[in-house]
Amino acid sequence: MWSFFHKLGSPPWLYNIAGAILRWLLPITLVALAVGLVWGLLFTPPDFRQGNSYRIIYIHVPAAVVALAGYYVMAIAGAISLIWKMKMADVAMKCCAPIGAALTFIALVTGSIWGKPTWGTWWVWDARITSMLILLFLYLGVVALYEAYDNKEAAAKACAVLSLVGTVNIPIIYKSVDWWYSLHQPASIKFTGESTIDPSMLYPLLLMIVAFYALFTCALLMNMRAEILARESRTGWVRKLAFSGGRG
Amino acid sequence: MYFHSLAAALAMDGHGPYVWSAYAVTLLVLAFLLIAPGRKRRRLLRDINGELKRRKHAPTTVGEEA
Repeated sequence: MWSFFHKLGSPPWLYNIAGAILRWLLPITLVALAVGLVWGLLFTPPDFRQGNSYRIIYIHVPAAVVALAGYYVMAIAGAISLIWKMKMADVAMKCCAPIGAALTFIALVTGSIWGKPTWGTWWVWDARITSMLILLFLYLGVVALYEAYDNKEAAAKACAVLSLVGTVNIPIIYKSVDWWYSLHQPASIKFTGESTIDPSMLYPLLLMIVAFYALFTCALLMNMRAEILARESRTGWVRKLAFSGGRG
Repeated sequence: MYFHSLAAALAMDGHGPYVWSAYAVTLLVLAFLLIAPGRKRRRLLRDINGELKRRKHAPTTVGEEA
Protein backbone atom coordinates (compact mmCIF):
# COMPACT_ATOMS: atom_id res chain seq x y z
CA MET A 1 0.00 0.00 0.00
CA TRP A 2 2.67 2.48 1.02
CA SER A 3 4.91 1.50 -1.87
CA PHE A 4 2.04 2.45 -4.18
CA PHE A 5 1.90 5.93 -2.68
CA HIS A 6 5.64 6.10 -2.92
CA LYS A 7 5.47 5.31 -6.63
CA LEU A 8 2.62 7.80 -7.11
CA GLY A 9 4.95 10.50 -5.85
CA SER A 10 7.70 9.53 -8.30
CA PRO A 11 7.69 11.76 -11.41
CA PRO A 12 9.17 9.25 -13.91
CA TRP A 13 6.84 6.49 -12.74
CA LEU A 14 3.80 8.77 -13.02
CA TYR A 15 4.94 10.05 -16.43
CA ASN A 16 5.27 6.52 -17.80
CA ILE A 17 2.10 5.08 -16.27
CA ALA A 18 0.11 8.08 -17.59
CA GLY A 19 1.52 7.41 -21.05
CA ALA A 20 0.58 3.72 -20.80
CA ILE A 21 -3.00 4.57 -19.72
CA LEU A 22 -3.38 7.14 -22.51
CA ARG A 23 -2.41 4.62 -25.17
CA TRP A 24 -5.69 2.76 -24.71
CA LEU A 25 -7.91 5.35 -22.95
CA LEU A 26 -7.51 8.03 -25.62
CA PRO A 27 -8.79 5.88 -28.55
CA ILE A 28 -11.72 4.61 -26.43
CA THR A 29 -12.58 8.20 -25.48
CA LEU A 30 -12.57 9.39 -29.09
CA VAL A 31 -14.79 6.50 -30.24
CA ALA A 32 -17.27 6.98 -27.35
CA LEU A 33 -17.40 10.71 -28.04
CA ALA A 34 -17.97 10.23 -31.78
CA VAL A 35 -20.70 7.61 -31.25
CA GLY A 36 -22.43 9.70 -28.58
CA LEU A 37 -22.35 12.89 -30.67
CA VAL A 38 -23.83 11.26 -33.78
CA TRP A 39 -26.39 9.34 -31.71
CA GLY A 40 -27.60 12.43 -29.87
CA LEU A 41 -27.55 14.67 -32.93
CA LEU A 42 -29.18 12.44 -35.53
CA PHE A 43 -30.68 9.25 -34.09
CA THR A 44 -32.68 10.27 -31.03
CA PRO A 45 -36.28 11.50 -31.29
CA PRO A 46 -36.94 15.21 -30.62
CA ASP A 47 -38.35 16.32 -27.28
CA PHE A 48 -42.11 16.79 -27.52
CA ARG A 49 -42.02 20.15 -25.78
CA GLN A 50 -38.58 21.56 -26.66
CA GLY A 51 -38.29 20.15 -30.19
CA ASN A 52 -34.81 19.68 -31.59
CA SER A 53 -33.08 22.32 -29.46
CA TYR A 54 -32.98 19.80 -26.60
CA ARG A 55 -30.23 17.90 -28.51
CA ILE A 56 -27.84 20.39 -26.92
CA ILE A 57 -28.27 18.53 -23.60
CA TYR A 58 -26.04 15.73 -24.96
CA ILE A 59 -23.09 18.10 -24.61
CA HIS A 60 -24.43 20.58 -22.05
CA VAL A 61 -25.21 18.11 -19.24
CA PRO A 62 -21.99 16.02 -19.56
CA ALA A 63 -19.84 19.18 -19.67
CA ALA A 64 -21.55 20.58 -16.55
CA VAL A 65 -21.40 17.25 -14.65
CA VAL A 66 -17.70 16.75 -15.35
CA ALA A 67 -16.89 20.43 -14.67
CA LEU A 68 -18.28 19.90 -11.16
CA ALA A 69 -16.58 16.52 -10.65
CA GLY A 70 -13.32 18.03 -11.90
CA TYR A 71 -13.54 20.64 -9.20
CA TYR A 72 -13.60 17.91 -6.54
CA VAL A 73 -10.54 16.30 -8.14
CA MET A 74 -8.75 19.67 -8.08
CA ALA A 75 -9.72 20.43 -4.47
CA ILE A 76 -8.76 16.95 -3.21
CA ALA A 77 -5.40 17.15 -5.03
CA GLY A 78 -4.96 20.60 -3.49
CA ALA A 79 -5.67 19.25 -0.01
CA ILE A 80 -3.16 16.41 -0.48
CA SER A 81 -0.48 18.82 -1.67
CA LEU A 82 -1.24 21.14 1.25
CA ILE A 83 -1.20 18.46 3.97
CA TRP A 84 1.52 16.07 2.77
CA LYS A 85 3.47 18.49 0.53
CA MET A 86 3.20 15.94 -2.26
CA LYS A 87 4.58 17.56 -5.42
CA MET A 88 2.69 15.33 -7.86
CA ALA A 89 -0.61 16.23 -6.16
CA ASP A 90 0.25 19.85 -6.82
CA VAL A 91 0.90 18.99 -10.47
CA ALA A 92 -2.53 17.32 -10.65
CA MET A 93 -4.24 20.33 -9.07
CA LYS A 94 -2.58 22.80 -11.42
CA CYS A 95 -3.45 20.67 -14.47
CA CYS A 96 -7.14 20.33 -13.49
CA ALA A 97 -7.81 24.07 -13.57
CA PRO A 98 -7.63 24.85 -17.32
CA ILE A 99 -9.62 21.69 -18.21
CA GLY A 100 -12.31 22.52 -15.67
CA ALA A 101 -12.47 26.07 -16.97
CA ALA A 102 -12.90 24.81 -20.55
CA LEU A 103 -15.72 22.42 -19.54
CA THR A 104 -17.50 25.10 -17.49
CA PHE A 105 -17.18 27.42 -20.49
CA ILE A 106 -18.79 24.75 -22.71
CA ALA A 107 -21.65 24.28 -20.21
CA LEU A 108 -22.30 28.04 -20.05
CA VAL A 109 -22.09 28.65 -23.82
CA THR A 110 -24.22 25.66 -24.84
CA GLY A 111 -26.73 26.51 -22.09
CA SER A 112 -26.93 30.03 -23.39
CA ILE A 113 -27.44 28.85 -26.98
CA TRP A 114 -30.14 26.45 -25.78
CA GLY A 115 -31.80 29.20 -23.73
CA LYS A 116 -32.44 31.45 -26.74
CA PRO A 117 -35.00 29.24 -28.55
CA THR A 118 -36.30 27.67 -25.31
CA TRP A 119 -36.54 30.47 -22.76
CA GLY A 120 -36.36 33.32 -25.27
CA THR A 121 -33.20 34.79 -23.77
CA TRP A 122 -29.44 34.17 -23.98
CA TRP A 123 -28.78 34.89 -20.34
CA VAL A 124 -30.57 35.29 -16.99
CA TRP A 125 -29.03 35.96 -13.59
CA ASP A 126 -30.49 32.73 -12.35
CA ALA A 127 -29.11 30.86 -9.28
CA ARG A 128 -27.85 27.85 -11.30
CA ILE A 129 -26.30 29.94 -14.06
CA THR A 130 -24.73 32.48 -11.72
CA SER A 131 -23.18 29.78 -9.53
CA MET A 132 -21.77 28.10 -12.67
CA LEU A 133 -20.26 31.46 -13.68
CA ILE A 134 -18.63 31.62 -10.23
CA LEU A 135 -17.23 28.11 -10.87
CA LEU A 136 -15.66 29.40 -14.10
CA PHE A 137 -14.06 32.29 -12.19
CA LEU A 138 -12.76 29.89 -9.51
CA TYR A 139 -11.06 27.74 -12.16
CA LEU A 140 -9.64 30.79 -13.93
CA GLY A 141 -8.62 32.18 -10.53
CA VAL A 142 -6.48 29.10 -9.84
CA VAL A 143 -4.87 29.40 -13.30
CA ALA A 144 -4.15 33.11 -12.79
CA LEU A 145 -2.96 32.71 -9.19
CA TYR A 146 -0.46 30.08 -10.28
CA GLU A 147 0.96 32.46 -12.87
CA ALA A 148 1.11 35.32 -10.36
CA TYR A 149 3.74 33.66 -8.14
CA ASP A 150 7.40 33.20 -9.01
CA ASN A 151 7.86 30.90 -6.04
CA LYS A 152 6.38 27.46 -6.92
CA GLU A 153 5.75 26.44 -3.31
CA ALA A 154 3.93 29.65 -2.44
CA ALA A 155 1.83 29.29 -5.61
CA ALA A 156 0.95 25.70 -4.73
CA LYS A 157 -0.15 26.71 -1.23
CA ALA A 158 -2.22 29.69 -2.36
CA CYS A 159 -3.95 27.75 -5.13
CA ALA A 160 -4.72 24.81 -2.82
CA VAL A 161 -6.34 27.17 -0.32
CA LEU A 162 -8.33 28.92 -3.07
CA SER A 163 -9.61 25.64 -4.51
CA LEU A 164 -10.55 24.32 -1.05
CA VAL A 165 -12.45 27.49 -0.15
CA GLY A 166 -14.18 27.33 -3.54
CA THR A 167 -15.71 23.91 -2.81
CA VAL A 168 -18.42 25.83 -0.90
CA ASN A 169 -19.79 26.70 -4.34
CA ILE A 170 -20.29 23.07 -5.47
CA PRO A 171 -23.27 22.06 -3.27
CA ILE A 172 -24.78 25.47 -4.05
CA ILE A 173 -24.67 24.63 -7.76
CA TYR A 174 -26.22 21.19 -7.17
CA LYS A 175 -29.02 22.50 -4.96
CA SER A 176 -29.60 25.85 -6.70
CA VAL A 177 -32.55 24.52 -8.74
CA ASP A 178 -34.26 23.27 -5.58
CA TRP A 179 -33.45 26.14 -3.21
CA TRP A 180 -34.38 29.08 -5.42
CA TYR A 181 -37.15 29.67 -7.89
CA SER A 182 -35.22 29.07 -11.08
CA LEU A 183 -35.71 29.05 -14.83
CA HIS A 184 -33.32 26.11 -15.01
CA GLN A 185 -35.13 22.78 -14.99
CA PRO A 186 -34.38 20.33 -12.14
CA ALA A 187 -32.39 17.15 -12.74
CA SER A 188 -34.06 14.52 -14.93
CA ILE A 189 -31.67 11.70 -14.00
CA LYS A 190 -31.82 10.55 -10.39
CA PHE A 191 -29.83 7.94 -8.52
CA THR A 192 -32.76 7.37 -6.18
CA GLY A 193 -36.19 6.98 -7.68
CA GLU A 194 -37.49 7.06 -11.24
CA SER A 195 -35.67 9.17 -13.83
CA THR A 196 -37.97 11.45 -15.78
CA ILE A 197 -36.32 10.80 -19.12
CA ASP A 198 -37.12 8.24 -21.81
CA PRO A 199 -34.57 5.42 -22.32
CA SER A 200 -34.12 6.43 -25.99
CA MET A 201 -32.70 9.74 -24.71
CA LEU A 202 -31.15 8.41 -21.50
CA TYR A 203 -28.69 5.96 -23.06
CA PRO A 204 -26.96 8.39 -25.42
CA LEU A 205 -26.83 10.92 -22.57
CA LEU A 206 -25.21 8.40 -20.22
CA LEU A 207 -22.72 7.46 -22.95
CA MET A 208 -21.81 11.13 -23.38
CA ILE A 209 -21.35 11.59 -19.62
CA VAL A 210 -18.97 8.60 -19.54
CA ALA A 211 -17.16 9.96 -22.63
CA PHE A 212 -16.71 13.38 -20.99
CA TYR A 213 -15.33 11.76 -17.82
CA ALA A 214 -12.86 9.81 -19.96
CA LEU A 215 -11.96 12.97 -21.87
CA PHE A 216 -11.29 14.82 -18.63
CA THR A 217 -9.02 11.98 -17.50
CA CYS A 218 -7.14 11.97 -20.83
CA ALA A 219 -6.67 15.74 -20.86
CA LEU A 220 -5.56 15.68 -17.21
CA LEU A 221 -2.98 12.92 -17.80
CA MET A 222 -1.65 14.68 -20.92
CA ASN A 223 -1.38 18.01 -19.10
CA MET A 224 0.37 16.31 -16.18
CA ARG A 225 2.92 14.65 -18.48
CA ALA A 226 3.84 18.04 -19.97
CA GLU A 227 3.94 19.69 -16.53
CA ILE A 228 6.15 16.92 -15.07
CA LEU A 229 8.63 17.34 -17.95
CA ALA A 230 8.71 21.11 -17.47
CA ARG A 231 9.41 20.79 -13.73
CA GLU A 232 11.93 17.96 -14.07
CA SER A 233 13.74 19.33 -17.12
CA ARG A 234 17.13 19.32 -15.32
CA THR A 235 16.98 15.73 -14.11
CA GLY A 236 18.79 12.78 -15.65
CA TRP A 237 15.71 10.79 -16.66
CA VAL A 238 14.15 13.70 -18.57
CA ARG A 239 17.45 14.42 -20.36
CA LYS A 240 17.74 10.78 -21.33
CA LEU A 241 14.13 10.83 -22.55
CA ALA A 242 14.72 14.01 -24.59
CA PHE A 243 17.91 12.56 -26.04
CA SER A 244 16.10 9.43 -27.22
CA GLY A 245 13.46 11.61 -28.91
CA GLY A 246 10.72 10.97 -26.37
CA ARG A 247 10.71 7.17 -26.70
CA GLY A 248 12.34 5.65 -23.69
CA MET B 1 -31.77 7.94 -38.37
CA TYR B 2 -34.46 10.29 -37.18
CA PHE B 3 -34.16 12.86 -40.00
CA HIS B 4 -35.30 12.03 -43.55
CA SER B 5 -32.76 14.15 -45.42
CA LEU B 6 -29.55 16.07 -44.91
CA ALA B 7 -31.47 19.34 -45.28
CA ALA B 8 -33.87 18.31 -42.53
CA ALA B 9 -30.97 17.38 -40.26
CA LEU B 10 -29.31 20.75 -40.90
CA ALA B 11 -32.51 22.73 -40.36
CA MET B 12 -33.87 20.74 -37.35
CA ASP B 13 -37.21 22.52 -37.72
CA GLY B 14 -35.63 25.92 -37.19
CA HIS B 15 -33.41 24.90 -34.28
CA GLY B 16 -30.52 23.90 -36.58
CA PRO B 17 -28.39 27.04 -36.17
CA TYR B 18 -28.57 26.77 -32.36
CA VAL B 19 -27.85 23.05 -32.16
CA TRP B 20 -25.07 23.00 -34.76
CA SER B 21 -23.32 26.09 -33.39
CA ALA B 22 -23.41 24.62 -29.85
CA TYR B 23 -21.84 21.38 -31.13
CA ALA B 24 -19.25 23.31 -33.18
CA VAL B 25 -18.10 25.38 -30.19
CA THR B 26 -17.90 22.25 -28.03
CA LEU B 27 -15.87 20.30 -30.60
CA LEU B 28 -13.43 23.18 -31.00
CA VAL B 29 -12.82 23.42 -27.25
CA LEU B 30 -12.52 19.63 -26.82
CA ALA B 31 -10.09 19.38 -29.74
CA PHE B 32 -7.96 22.10 -28.16
CA LEU B 33 -8.00 20.27 -24.80
CA LEU B 34 -6.72 17.07 -26.41
CA ILE B 35 -4.21 18.57 -28.88
CA ALA B 36 -2.54 21.36 -26.89
CA PRO B 37 -0.89 19.31 -24.07
CA GLY B 38 0.69 16.78 -26.46
CA ARG B 39 2.18 19.58 -28.54
CA LYS B 40 3.52 21.29 -25.41
CA ARG B 41 5.14 18.04 -24.21
CA ARG B 42 6.82 17.34 -27.57
CA ARG B 43 8.09 20.94 -27.77
CA LEU B 44 9.57 20.62 -24.27
CA LEU B 45 11.39 17.41 -25.21
CA ARG B 46 12.76 19.08 -28.36
CA ASP B 47 13.92 22.15 -26.40
CA ILE B 48 15.64 20.06 -23.72
CA ASN B 49 17.38 17.96 -26.37
CA GLY B 50 18.49 21.11 -28.25
CA GLU B 51 19.84 22.61 -25.04
CA LEU B 52 21.88 19.47 -24.32
CA LYS B 53 23.35 19.45 -27.84
CA ARG B 54 24.28 23.14 -27.63
CA ARG B 55 26.04 22.61 -24.35
CA LYS B 56 28.01 19.64 -25.70
CA HIS B 57 29.50 21.78 -28.48
CA ALA B 58 30.13 24.83 -26.29
CA PRO B 59 33.63 25.33 -24.79
CA THR B 60 33.86 24.08 -21.22
CA THR B 61 36.18 26.85 -20.01
CA VAL B 62 35.43 30.54 -20.35
CA GLY B 63 37.85 33.42 -20.86
CA GLU B 64 40.77 31.55 -22.45
CA GLU B 65 40.87 33.28 -25.80
CA ALA B 66 44.18 33.03 -27.66
